[in-house]
Amino acid sequence: MLSMTTVLCRQRRAAPPNRASSGLALLGIMSIALEVFAAGELPTYGVGRAPTQAEIAAWDLTIPPDGEGLPAGSGNVADGKTIFLERCASCHGDDGKDPKYYVLVGGRGTLATAKPVPTVGSFWQYATTLWSYIRRTKPLDEPGTFDSNQVYAVTAYLLHMNDIIAEDEVLDAERLLKIEMPNRDGYVPDPRPDA
Amino acid sequence: MSSSDDSSNDTSADRRRFLKQGTMLGAALAAGQLSSARAQTAPVDPSKILGNPVRPYGERSPFEKAVRIHKGKTDEVAVGGWTPLQDLHGIITPSALHYEVHRGGVPDIDPAKHRLLIHGLVDRPVVLDMDEIRRLPSVSRIHFLECQGNTFMEFHKPVSKNVQVSHGWTSCSEWTGVPLSVLLREVGVQSAATWLVAEGADASGNERSIPMEKAMDDVLVAYGQNGEAPRPENGYPLRLIVPGWTGNINVKWLRRIKVVDRPYQTRMDGTGQPAIGPDGKAWQHSSVMEAKSVITSPSAGQRLAGPGYVEIRGLAWSGRGVVRRVEVSTDGGESWADAVLQEPVLPYAHTRFRHEWQWGGRETVLQSRCTDETGYVQPRRVDLLAVRGPAARWFNNSIQSWKVAKDGVVHNVHA
Repeated sequence: MLSMTTVLCRQRRAAPPNRASSGLALLGIMSIALEVFAAGELPTYGVGRAPTQAEIAAWDLTIPPDGEGLPAGSGNVADGKTIFLERCASCHGDDGKDPKYYVLVGGRGTLATAKPVPTVGSFWQYATTLWSYIRRTKPLDEPGTFDSNQVYAVTAYLLHMNDIIAEDEVLDAERLLKIEMPNRDGYVPDPRPDA
Repeated sequence: MSSSDDSSNDTSADRRRFLKQGTMLGAALAAGQLSSARAQTAPVDPSKILGNPVRPYGERSPFEKAVRIHKGKTDEVAVGGWTPLQDLHGIITPSALHYEVHRGGVPDIDPAKHRLLIHGLVDRPVVLDMDEIRRLPSVSRIHFLECQGNTFMEFHKPVSKNVQVSHGWTSCSEWTGVPLSVLLREVGVQSAATWLVAEGADASGNERSIPMEKAMDDVLVAYGQNGEAPRPENGYPLRLIVPGWTGNINVKWLRRIKVVDRPYQTRMDGTGQPAIGPDGKAWQHSSVMEAKSVITSPSAGQRLAGPGYVEIRGLAWSGRGVVRRVEVSTDGGESWADAVLQEPVLPYAHTRFRHEWQWGGRETVLQSRCTDETGYVQPRRVDLLAVRGPAARWFNNSIQSWKVAKDGVVHNVHA
């Protein structure tokens, strides 16, 4: 799909500008192509160039709560546990509760106490935030090198450890978006100035 | 060109003269040993000894020792370094002493390879290199940056040994760069766009959602800090400056801006730095750093030489604009007097204040409180705790108290 888009784009790029709109009408896919290749320099200042599809794809990794951009792939809790114990537990502890860096597991019911324990289970609002953050930054010693299946697996394990999904579940884009995080409604607008 | 040739000749002559004199002065003038040698001693009368050679990039006197203090080990993943406010003068923080907070180390970035990508809901997505960014219309503005964790340890107990640890996660620089609004207009932001996501090129995955209204208002894409490129710790070669807003949203090592139509709720948008109220509810998209001030001298860890004249000095700032007023109390908050605001008084910048005081030698407590252009008055700690509860942690902008003991030693106290 992506490579096909690229081919089409290259053809379109060579075509005269006045034919771009008819090309767009022919193929819905061309809306992406137009965004990539109709752009060039900043009009007033004459600097810059249009990004390639590959350049955008390499960096456009952040996933919003509605899941736009979530890639194909899947992972299960068991595989996630294996990866977590090998690549994550040295900092976060085997149970994900080591407070050295960030407690990942537990803390439910503590937010309104004098000592809240904000974790993935007790605090995080969206499962996509977790997925996106693991994808971009983990494992610590090789940031951003998990493939999509591994990211789904580690996410599945952390959600399971927080009693959000069952032990035998497989996580993919569709399942991820159906997850209602326990603290989904636990946020309010910043009340400041409050005193 | 002839004058340039002349100066070149002068330089050669100077160099020859220096080499000769350097030999006479001995090994102490060898560049590598200069600092350590002079750190210990200096001539009784420097006018009787030929001075040191010049150097291509300046360093402070070896007698100057102010440094950042880091919370945790310096090679930790998450590190914060406090600015030594008690040792500084004026409103500008030296770049080398600017506070720093990292969650993925400090990246090495070759500016020749660095790119800024702007894409998403725009008509003309673009990639710009650093040379191109520096050719665009530029502005310079003096702005503070403050971490929302600044002073967090002081909410419940007076634990910090000095003002550096209690308040040193604020700093102020002259930032130079391109107004983000210029870039956004050029790429053609589409009508549906309401937010953008800014991303750094480091390993921490610091992506932040910023509302379009702020982005189009006064945000800078900065490549200059105090006249030179930003230090690596402060985002070299490119960073966002979001005036008045919490430090973390001023994304360092900026490489990507995606224009979108809703917040992306990234880790650092909320879940990464929880501010939780007494009802257990977390604050969404906290941004503004409210008005705050602190006396930097006299402050904890310092000692007054004895009764008599003291110039009380400090800093005030507000994430909502200009500081209008600073008051100082020398009797633990019983009475207040207006301090002098040192020009320049700039929006979203540290403002220096001074207050003349005669210390009579008795134990007392010094405090400062500021009022910003909105009329907001810096609150007492107990007033903040009353609404935020026992788990209060971030955004502590309350009044700081320093106790001057009879022996002149200044202590961090809650009063």
